[in-house]
Amino acid sequence: MYRSAIYEEPLLNELVISKKEKINSFDKIPKTLQRKKNIDIPNLDETQIVRHFHRLSQMNYGIDTGIYPLGSCTMKYNPKLCEEIASWGKFNNTHPCQDISTVQGNLKILFELERMLCEITGMDFFSLQPAAGAHGEFLGMLLTRAYHEDRNQGSRDEVILPDTSHGTNPASVSMAGYKLIEIASNKDGTVDLKMLKDALSEKTACFMLTNPNTLGIFESEILKISKMVHDAGALLYYDGANINAIMGKARPGDMGFDIVHLNLHKTFATPHGGGGPGSGPVGVKMKLEKFLPIPRIGKTKEGNYVFDYDAPESIGKIRAYYGNFSVLLKAYIYILMMGSDGLREASEIAVLNSNYMKKKILDSKLYDMPYKDIRKHEFVLSCEKLKQVKGIRAMDVAKRLLDYGFHPPTVYFPLIVKEALMIEPPETESKNDIDRYVDAILKIANEDPEIVKSAPNNTSVNRVDEVSASKNPILTWKMI
Amino acid sequence: MKFVPNSSIKTIMLEELGLNKIEDLFLDIPKDIKIKNLNLPCGLSQQETERKLRKIVGKNRSCNDFLSFLGGGIKSHYIPAIVKSITSRSEFYTSYTPYQSEASQGFLQAMFEYQSMIAEITGMDVANCSLYDGVTSLSEAALMCTRITRKKNFIMPHNISWEKKCVLSNYAKGPGIKIKEISYNSKTGKIDIDELKRKINGDTSGVYIENPNFFGIFEDDIDEISEIVKKSGSLFVVGVDPISLGITKSPGEYGADIVIGEGRGLGNTMNFGGSSLGIYACKNELLRQMPGRIIGVTKDIKDKRAFCMTLQTREQHIRRAKATSNICTNEGLCALAAVVYLSWLGSEGFFNISKINFENGEKLAKLIASLPGFKLKFKSTHFNEFVVEYSDDVKKLNKILLQNGIFGGLTLEEFYPELENCMLIGTSEVHTDDDFEKFVSSLKEVSYV
Ligand SMILES: Cc1ncc(COP(=O)(O)O)c(C=O)c1O
Repeated sequence: MYRSAIYEEPLLNELVISKKEKINSFDKIPKTLQRKKNIDIPNLDETQIVRHFHRLSQMNYGIDTGIYPLGSCTMKYNPKLCEEIASWGKFNNTHPCQDISTVQGNLKILFELERMLCEITGMDFFSLQPAAGAHGEFLGMLLTRAYHEDRNQGSRDEVILPDTSHGTNPASVSMAGYKLIEIASNKDGTVDLKMLKDALSEKTACFMLTNPNTLGIFESEILKISKMVHDAGALLYYDGANINAIMGKARPGDMGFDIVHLNLHKTFATPHGGGGPGSGPVGVKMKLEKFLPIPRIGKTKEGNYVFDYDAPESIGKIRAYYGNFSVLLKAYIYILMMGSDGLREASEIAVLNSNYMKKKILDSKLYDMPYKDIRKHEFVLSCEKLKQVKGIRAMDVAKRLLDYGFHPPTVYFPLIVKEALMIEPPETESKNDIDRYVDAILKIANEDPEIVKSAPNNTSVNRVDEVSASKNPILTWKMI
Repeated sequence: MKFVPNSSIKTIMLEELGLNKIEDLFLDIPKDIKIKNLNLPCGLSQQETERKLRKIVGKNRSCNDFLSFLGGGIKSHYIPAIVKSITSRSEFYTSYTPYQSEASQGFLQAMFEYQSMIAEITGMDVANCSLYDGVTSLSEAALMCTRITRKKNFIMPHNISWEKKCVLSNYAKGPGIKIKEISYNSKTGKIDIDELKRKINGDTSGVYIENPNFFGIFEDDIDEISEIVKKSGSLFVVGVDPISLGITKSPGEYGADIVIGEGRGLGNTMNFGGSSLGIYACKNELLRQMPGRIIGVTKDIKDKRAFCMTLQTREQHIRRAKATSNICTNEGLCALAAVVYLSWLGSEGFFNISKINFENGEKLAKLIASLPGFKLKFKSTHFNEFVVEYSDDVKKLNKILLQNGIFGGLTLEEFYPELENCMLIGTSEVHTDDDFEKFVSSLKEVSYV
């Protein structure tokens, strides 16, 4: 069973042996810009630094440590070959402004990846520029605006989304200057068609949907939804965070979605890096192509790859250069290795794992699962009963799982489930690990509430006081 | 070997669910949209995959193969081996955003140290633990200026990269921010202060200045600029190349409210332009309007020091539509590389690297300016990039350099028509005197052709 190392590891600035007093001055730059005092960064030996960060790493849980079933995050194994290839100097030491003839390898990969993603999603064109899912959403909103303005429908200023949506959805909507209309889900946990109908109007620019949604439920009425949205003159946006449930089974393009983003750092096995870098490519239907960011990647008759900046109606750019190339490269390698059968099987087993785990937990009757029963790659439990009966909250269960050596699920999301535990065991998890996880989660429900509420006890620190961290922010070592 | 361990026991698992076939798990997808398979090739073995990628990468020439003088915000820097050794610890790179702090103390502490160092070198009170890149950092800064001042005119120099302008104009659309540009002085390459005075007013939300600017030049009238901005009641946003901060004053010392920059140069490879590292730091009083993840220090219930994500009520997962930004996934691993790199340098090494970058810039500029047919476009002190004007077609020049195994500078006339036949040349600590010799003799040869 996993146990975190426990070090009282000092901060880098606390490792300093002696401080230098002489001021490093440099008088060749203009006087007004010359430094008057030394920068206070510790001067340490490489040995000290390596040990420091090595120890820190041992107080950190990654996928290589064990199961990491964070719902909505698709924490699947990150193949080592992808890392290895992405670190080749001929890839990672290319400058984005090199002569195009010297980066034909890079462009081939980007060009082919765009086509692969088109096939997987059923969209017509892709842009690889967005740095993450939320960035893709923002691009989606810019495309939406460009599309409506082009049709003299610029007065459409509302975007509708269900109350199960991820926080980045409403944030991207308002960042792009749209008014947000949130509709409540129905008793099945899916889109309430009547609510949607009432919300749609000549003001609607777009309806954003995740499918399967964040409860793990497939929106079976999707074709009806799509028709309603399009009849109202609006666009349909697909948050692709959950596409790991349906690869090779169904495609958002065929469901009627006009704009799609994917999270390569979820579905396509690129590592999350402790927060990033990610990649959030955006696919569109033909009618939106002309608005995609520049440069587009093209191929000449002679078979040379080129950057095409000639797109007068393009929205322009949303970041520097062409996207997070290192991440795109890893996703490309992953798709090559998986192939069509591999991707389909990944989705099949992800859904199988999730349903298997769900059944084992629900059979115990210790946790409830509100809303419709049939789920895809993830499911959302409620700890409300535990809370009522034993005072154990979702957060307590999460922390206690750490004592058993497991990473907890996502907690308190989506917001419509009380005391939510959102569990996603991707296809890369084995039955053994899933069984052990289930054992732990069931055991916790039967434990002495005091033990559960005081967890964790086997981690490098005990339960962290996040409230005082916010009340009295100490954000640098100078502030300590 | 497809990373799907339960593939071989799926029938057993299905049985436990009382199902016959996998298809039974997908009955909720309407028939009309179901597909049989994707039209993609069959999967390759790892060995085949590696072979294929070797063939593809063979079409690339990298900055290891060629001598590169490309700049424009991104250039080759030396990366000590320790960086990859740490960032490839898979406890770090295979972890998610540290929502569960007790299982993520390592990454959290490293990010806290990153914030501390970024705050120190920029002279700001606080820093977040990364945005997507330097360009989106500028855009987020413009949004933050409007949130704080409730004003909608943002001022920036004409001479910033075209990509920054393009991205900023997109981020500005939401709140309806108007962007005004200030020209540069055609002799000095520095911002035209009189024009700034004319354009700044009570409706200005913020003023953006780059130091060194896009032409590599130090804006040394910075105190005057700072005073003008302060007087107008708007916020002062400064963009930096972090490497330059080893020798220059920090922007905090000359009055910046927000400091942004591209941090890739701190221990991260170029990766064809991505990944990247958006640096974002500001004064304490602006903290609650800051975008992005922030790590704080606190205690656990046994009074032991502990780290956690903090001020999360600014963020999308709590505040949703009213969040300070939509950012969720950031560039954490690049920030980890940066903090490892900075600690490897220490303040001594940081000063030295900065000094070498300046000195190499100075040396190379002198060498090139002494060649017939070449002159420096601006007469001002610059850092590790500078603008050279050539007496003939620079594009042709670059093509010939390429044949000699050299990536020449970035040509500028596409974006600045007034800078015909000019190129922005970049250098750094990676170049030796021999490299300069090779570049200069190639230039000499070419210009005699
Ligand atoms: C459903 C959903 N949408 C959007 C996002 C945002 O993606 P990213 O973190 O890549 O910006 C996430 C990520 O957590 C998500 O789960």
